Amino acid sequence: MSPLIAAVLAAAVRSGTPVLFATLGEIFAERSGVLNLGVEGMMLVGAFAGFVTTARTGNPWLGLIAAGATGAALSLIHAVLSITLRANQVASGLALTIFGTGLSASLGRSFVGVPATGFRPMPIPGLEALPLVGPVLFRQDALVYLSYLLVLAAWYALYRTRWGLNIRAVGERPEAADAMGVDVARVRYGCVAIGGALAGAGGAYLSTAYTSMWIENMTAGRGWIAVALVIFATWDPLRAVVGAYLFGGVNALQLHLQASGTGLPVYLLLMAPYVFTIVVLVFATRETARRRLGAPAALSVSYSRDQ
Amino acid sequence: MIHLERRRSSGAASAVALAVSIGAALAAGGLVLAASGVNPFAAYAELVSDPFGSAFGWSETIVKATPLIFTGLAVLLPARMRLWNIGAEGQLQCGAIAATWIAVFTPIGHSSLAVPVLLLAGMAAGAAWCLVPGMLRAWLAVNETITTLLLNYVALLLVDFLIYGPWQDPQSRGFPLSPILPPAAKLPVLIAGTRVHLGFALALLAVGAVVFVLKRTRWGLEIRIIGDNPDAARYAGIDLARNILLVMAAAGALAGLAGAGEVSAVSGRLQQGLSPGYGYTGIIVAWLARLNPAATVLVAILLGGLFLGGDGLQISLNLPIAVVYMLQGLIFFFVLGSEQLAGYRLRIGRRDHAASASHIT
Amino acid sequence: MRGITKRFPGVVANDAVDFAAARGEIHALLGENGAGKSTLMKALYGFYRPDAGEIRLHGVPRVLRSPKDALRAGLGMVFQQFMLVPSLSVVENVLLGLPSQGWRLDERAAAAQISAEAARYGMAVHPLARVWQLSVGEQQRVEILKLLARGADVLILDEPTAVLTPQETRDLFDTLRRLAAEGRTIIVITHKLSEVMAAADRVTVLRAGRLVGTTTTATTSPQALARMMVGRETFDLAERTPVEQGPIVLEVRDLWADGDRGPGALRGVSLAVHAGEIVGVAGVAGNGQRELGEVVAGLRRPTRGHVSIAGRERTNASPLDAIRAGLGHVPEDRLGTGVAPHLSVADNLVLKSYREPRFGRGPLLDHQTVDEVARELIEEYKIQTPGPEASVEALSGGNLQRLILAREISAGPRVLLAFHPTRGLDVGATEAVHRALFDQRHADVGVLLISEDLDEILQLSDRVAVLCGGQLMAIVRPEDVTVEQIGLLMGGTRLALPEETA
Repeated sequence: MSPLIAAVLAAAVRSGTPVLFATLGEIFAERSGVLNLGVEGMMLVGAFAGFVTTARTGNPWLGLIAAGATGAALSLIHAVLSITLRANQVASGLALTIFGTGLSASLGRSFVGVPATGFRPMPIPGLEALPLVGPVLFRQDALVYLSYLLVLAAWYALYRTRWGLNIRAVGERPEAADAMGVDVARVRYGCVAIGGALAGAGGAYLSTAYTSMWIENMTAGRGWIAVALVIFATWDPLRAVVGAYLFGGVNALQLHLQASGTGLPVYLLLMAPYVFTIVVLVFATRETARRRLGAPAALSVSYSRDQ
Repeated sequence: MIHLERRRSSGAASAVALAVSIGAALAAGGLVLAASGVNPFAAYAELVSDPFGSAFGWSETIVKATPLIFTGLAVLLPARMRLWNIGAEGQLQCGAIAATWIAVFTPIGHSSLAVPVLLLAGMAAGAAWCLVPGMLRAWLAVNETITTLLLNYVALLLVDFLIYGPWQDPQSRGFPLSPILPPAAKLPVLIAGTRVHLGFALALLAVGAVVFVLKRTRWGLEIRIIGDNPDAARYAGIDLARNILLVMAAAGALAGLAGAGEVSAVSGRLQQGLSPGYGYTGIIVAWLARLNPAATVLVAILLGGLFLGGDGLQISLNLPIAVVYMLQGLIFFFVLGSEQLAGYRLRIGRRDHAASASHIT
Repeated sequence: MRGITKRFPGVVANDAVDFAAARGEIHALLGENGAGKSTLMKALYGFYRPDAGEIRLHGVPRVLRSPKDALRAGLGMVFQQFMLVPSLSVVENVLLGLPSQGWRLDERAAAAQISAEAARYGMAVHPLARVWQLSVGEQQRVEILKLLARGADVLILDEPTAVLTPQETRDLFDTLRRLAAEGRTIIVITHKLSEVMAAADRVTVLRAGRLVGTTTTATTSPQALARMMVGRETFDLAERTPVEQGPIVLEVRDLWADGDRGPGALRGVSLAVHAGEIVGVAGVAGNGQRELGEVVAGLRRPTRGHVSIAGRERTNASPLDAIRAGLGHVPEDRLGTGVAPHLSVADNLVLKSYREPRFGRGPLLDHQTVDEVARELIEEYKIQTPGPEASVEALSGGNLQRLILAREISAGPRVLLAFHPTRGLDVGATEAVHRALFDQRHADVGVLLISEDLDEILQLSDRVAVLCGGQLMAIVRPEDVTVEQIGLLMGGTRLALPEETA
């Protein structure tokens, strides 16, 4: 493979990783039946918390933990509103995004331009020499490797553990799960928190690995793209990888075209990822309608035993 | 064991809940401000006094409320049909683009027809921008929440493209600004000595129009039926796709009108930061107004005041405008929570159905 | 084993009822709709707390606070609405929430165990199949397996045969007998006399919330049970005066359609409804009746065949076309499809007719006229409501149906499609609906009645079409056939009958 293509593909993986984190998280939340549109807000808060912690402590791993914790904490607001109080899940998620965006920007003002050292590339000896995949997959930083493990862990957890079975049941037919003794609320809270933690981690990747800085609104809509990719992935962790890296590819390609000085206007190239996501969404919607794989049947429907 | 039992929410309880939740939100926001080293009382004092403490303040509040009424309606109307239009921000920008084009780059901009034409152009552009997700939803069942939102980013990039590129004012010394709109294209001022402009009157008209449509037209009945029960609507022979398209187009037109108004009356040219997020705040306006069009005016004034106060805080306390967003988010949270609580009654004791006759077989 | 004694005074549901079931017996709980059978069992199962009385399991007084308590105490209930997760497999549904397992989920191993267990009781299952792919009978077996996996030794089944074919019913009873032979207690809630006699050892009869008596099936007869159940010898047969059959108002020819579950929900169905007659469609739920109704109403596209309403070709009609062609439709799901629950009574009364010119010029809607018309309809059809502006949510089931009938009938349809019109209604409301259908018949309207209640169909229809597996088995006159013959037809057996031309 030519070094140029390898470089672009490697950039695709890097670019897709924050979205991958967020998509995996949202898959858990939605599989349990809770729609969380606050991903963008949680990513931003995570990016901020991750950056600040990394800058202050010099340890990006601490930053990651802080990001995950803040993301999860924020998501719990949505959880309380949606699960216990049975508020409208779309509205609550939007509120979370607005709040998270505002919070991160308010607190982050004094950190714009502050330097920090984040995750550095960590080639894996041996694996990086593999033809084709080596340079693309194994010359990345630690968080990217973590994301690989997370995908596998997510798949295993969802399909091969009791806990995953509970999640799937709760998202499809909470009455049945409840009748069989599953604590619907607890499962949903857990999944929303996981979603928040992973979204926060995705944001932290942006501010401590992809770049090492904080800028207001630095996620630029990636949280929303993650929500769209969940549909594209038909709520399956393995397909999420495809979607995330496809998005990353479009993004990397667009950056490359900008840098290489083709005549195309910068801003039109920047639009590409969003337009791409819309197209992806159209195809994904048609496909899930045609196959019987659809959204978790109880998605965004509040559950109450009184009903 | 404590559990929640549903009860009918009364109007009074809801009003109280609204007030309490705004108070709680401000309290929570105060904590965040304090945590970042700002005196919350000073901040809130200014937040209230700036917009509502003087006649000029009131007029500026109305100027800010004008686009909020439009975007609030732009979210409200589709929401009555269970559609979520998160794209009011982008539709607003498209309206601004179209208005700028008419005013600056066509001869109409210098004629007496400038104002009506640019307003219509703004409506058309906004409608078109909202119709794309509308068509995707109507014909391909694609979720409009995400598509409208993604188009926001595209619209903002489009504005950037124009003002950094072909539409950049040669006299702006490299700043991303379009040429200033000609005087004929400026919306007339309604109250001398203030910036309150024709847009406000149009916004009030729009509210009236929406109320009228919903209550007294067949179209409005269809919207209400679809919003209440889409299955029943289908059963009754109502054409869902057609209604989706109509409503999304109308909503986009309203948001586009906001954009045209802003560029013509407030900023005077196409630039970044034309809207501090009026489109997103429109969601909150619609929600706080409980999808009642008449209530959007009051809510818009309140939130417009919040924006104005936020502007002041930027100067006096060096706070970013994002603080306003944070407060808006908090208000939204607390309102959502209190609505649910107002609809319930805390019961201590056993959950019991023996008394409900409806479960008898 | 000293079974269960339960007493609790009404509320209307159960009035000082005693009930006892012993180990190793199949005990039927018999009564009409509304007799209180389900309530009694739900009280046993922890859904309700009885206002008075006590429950004893194995001689020990117990207080059951929730279905989970009941499960832990060894009770298991199979409801009419199955508590299964459709997208998961049989194995996954059985394992869901099972306490004894570890954290791993091993489908294959569990599948073998489940198959073996099922075979013990004569149940055929496909352990790895997704539940949505299964027939209703198979799903019921999964429900039973779930309970067995939790060690239930008292099984309660609520109207288990309502959705089964006769063959499946026989298989079920076989399974129940095997379970009982191992010492379990089986309680079957039913209103079908024949099944009680065939399957149960003892039977308890409830009527209007009260206990009528408990006896053994060996020492009683269907007639005696019927008397206990109903309080009189026989049912009143509806008076059906002969009406001149008019022209054909609804016709379907060689109709094929797919269902939600897959293709072949309707296979080549042809029938016709004349003005002034009621044609009933009988069949076990899920055999194409719903799809037939949906195609006629324009809510589903057929893959082949023709539909004509009032003589005009209306295949592939939209719901609006069907309405304009003169079709009235009383839907299966009143609240879910038939009304907009938060809108007013008046809005719902003009749900379809608002397009008419009398309700306003151009785009405008004339509130006055809507209000007047609504008041007239409320009066004429005796809809109990505070007024036309009141929200529809507050209406009882019977009143809701009156509203829907008012709306559909006042539109002057040529054909009326009535879909399970009396489901969930009490006796008075049911009679009102039946009267309305008869009135329409007299008014030269053709009525297509789809119902799961075979008695209702036999009472009301001039002719009965029996569907099984999406195919039309036969069209017969109620006077000419026995219930057994119809049951066989519903179960898929073709009989040699004097054929009626459609």
